[in-house]
Amino acid sequence: MTQKSAAATPEHVAPQELPFPPLNRGWGWLAWFSTTDHKKIGILYIVTSLFFFGVGGIEALLIRIQLAAPNARVLTPAEYNAIFTMHGTTMIFLVVMPILIGLANFLVPLMVGARDVAFPRLNALGYWVFLLGGIVIYLALFTGSLANAGWFSYAPLSEYAFSSRPGMDYWIVGLIETGVGTIGAAVNLIVTTVRYRAPGMTWRRMPLFVWMMFITSLLILFALTPLNAGLIMLLGDRILHMHFFRANASGGSAILWQHIFWFFGHPEVYIMALPAFGIISEVIPVFSRKPIFGYNFVAGSGVAIGLLSFAVWVHHMFAVGLGVPLNAAFSGASMLIAVPTGVKIFNWSTTMFQGRIRLKTPLLFAAAFIIQFVIGGITGIMFAVVPIDWQLTDSYFVVAHFHYVLFGGTMFALWAGVYYWFPKFTGRLLHERLGKWHFWLAVIGFNMTFFVQHILGLIGMARRTYTYPNLPGYFALNLISTIGAFILAVSVLLFLWNLVWSFRKGEIAGDNPWDAWTLEWATTSPPPEHNFVRLPPVNSARPLFDLAHPEMADGISKRTEGHA
Amino acid sequence: MTRAGASGTTMNRHKIGMLFFIGSEIFFFLTLLSSYAYLSGAFGDLPRAVLAVPRTFVFSLFLFSSSLTIWMAERAFHRRRFGAFRGWMVLTILLGLTFLVGQAIEYTELIRTGVTLNYDVFGSAFFTLTGFHGLHVLTGLIMLSSLTGLSFAGKLGPENESALASIAYYWHFVDAVWVAVFSVVYLIFV
Repeated sequence: MTQKSAAATPEHVAPQELPFPPLNRGWGWLAWFSTTDHKKIGILYIVTSLFFFGVGGIEALLIRIQLAAPNARVLTPAEYNAIFTMHGTTMIFLVVMPILIGLANFLVPLMVGARDVAFPRLNALGYWVFLLGGIVIYLALFTGSLANAGWFSYAPLSEYAFSSRPGMDYWIVGLIETGVGTIGAAVNLIVTTVRYRAPGMTWRRMPLFVWMMFITSLLILFALTPLNAGLIMLLGDRILHMHFFRANASGGSAILWQHIFWFFGHPEVYIMALPAFGIISEVIPVFSRKPIFGYNFVAGSGVAIGLLSFAVWVHHMFAVGLGVPLNAAFSGASMLIAVPTGVKIFNWSTTMFQGRIRLKTPLLFAAAFIIQFVIGGITGIMFAVVPIDWQLTDSYFVVAHFHYVLFGGTMFALWAGVYYWFPKFTGRLLHERLGKWHFWLAVIGFNMTFFVQHILGLIGMARRTYTYPNLPGYFALNLISTIGAFILAVSVLLFLWNLVWSFRKGEIAGDNPWDAWTLEWATTSPPPEHNFVRLPPVNSARPLFDLAHPEMADGISKRTEGHA
Repeated sequence: MTRAGASGTTMNRHKIGMLFFIGSEIFFFLTLLSSYAYLSGAFGDLPRAVLAVPRTFVFSLFLFSSSLTIWMAERAFHRRRFGAFRGWMVLTILLGLTFLVGQAIEYTELIRTGVTLNYDVFGSAFFTLTGFHGLHVLTGLIMLSSLTGLSFAGKLGPENESALASIAYYWHFVDAVWVAVFSVVYLIFV
């Protein structure tokens, strides 16, 4: 049925499958509260996460101000604990996850050529429940306390006996809510991908961003319910005086919390990394003017990562002392997961190799992503080696490692994606010169902040302590790190200014400003409420390329070379 | 269902969505089950002393058989025999309710003996695991009752087949979870 469906209209959805008509016509800005349009919900997610990015960023700056000099007293130890806990929680649950889900909400239906998502109302519910969770976590401020046991809230520190203030309870309830909302969003994305693809769009013609979001959504389904189960047990311990994780004579086990948390926590790393891989796999081919090198390997290695991510969680617990056999098994699995990740690095660099590179901001961010992510990945493999982990765990080396993955990796990929898709969202291009300033300041600021933290960790500086003595090297390296953080903050301000300025005055983009190949560029910018007027035929992974170059279409010649 | 897009599948969004949601729920119960097993070393002789295994088994049979009756209800629905459909649905609901009554009796007895949520780690693990299963049974009963009520009101037609099918998936899932919970709590770790 795929070949004959030339110029199919998006009528392929059977009538009884059509979602409910939107209930939000003519309400002005109030329509944002009642909308079930996946594009508007995507924008709600993104704007919310930008707000929390500001909050989490200010928290990061407070941490760096406190650590700028030895024996500083800007923050009290209690305030410092609360701020680094909220920084981690905010950045992971209220910034990275929602912005990825927001991008996916906007883009996945467009990329698969659907006129709407499978469950528009469930999707809206997911957003509002997520937002409620984010608000509840910060509502704790009115009780005069915030969660302060770190983002992984190890028991028994997170138990009532050691954290008796209500901030912890708000944190638990808020996270349960963001989890529930996120699961709703994931179910919607999965069914949209499985059921609502355009005629001709087989699994092997799906854009790689859709592939990665599909795997991510599965990880969300299977990782977030264990977290919620653990959070419910922790809440039970705290307010019903149950005994799950309490280290007392009743037989509870604090280590059980660690197992549950990291069974969620490691897939969570890939929930934040796989969509970034998807963005990079869209941006690099378009700006190298070549199809992705090894499409099947990019998709397949994503599946391998998804499966393996459930089998490596104990590498977060090597210091617990679970015994050699268990440590060895998880050490091996953790090294194994580096293989499919490494495969992708080769896919991206070979795609760029001999391509006709267009050095626009999206590609700059994508290239920086590859380099910084490789650094974070290599330190990650170092941590898979148990003795290295024992030496470096809970030091600043860990902080440097995961910031290279999550900031130098995911955040840079997100920036690549925002510069790439902003024209589709708004109809206007982001300002290129401001973008380049943003990029270079971000690269300098990021590497200045976090590279020196590798050294700080190696010479023994412990993470999560509110200050440090004036040991040799500590002051200078911490000061460099703090200055870097402020350069990074300036770059973020430029980015936000660019968003606001370009939204009003940016260059008009047109439907397809980058001359890209996937279906989201086959409609107007921004797309109409029902996404498409007409869909081009889908005979390959690059339908718009086929349309523009019928003589050398992918679907016919199977060419993988660049085209002149 | 003639033009199914590229997916080629004839399953509609409700059924696929429910199946993936159940997949997520499975991991929720796996976490509770493995926590129960993990903590069981500290239970001592308490489970053996306080759990009435044969009685719970009898009440379990009510839940297990409700999977059969909902299947009969679906069959009647497909044959457009809506009277029989309603009969099987009411029977399914009664079987589910009976199971919950059994759970209520068990809880009352345990609490009278002093084994509560916060008595010790067994109390915490037992009530959390069986309690969350009970909540899922209750959720299922609410959905089944809504469908049955709609049918009595004449507002459930063949076009609602997928609603019935996805709720039936959920009900089978709740049933299957109890097989695991019963095995772990009443057979393995007593």
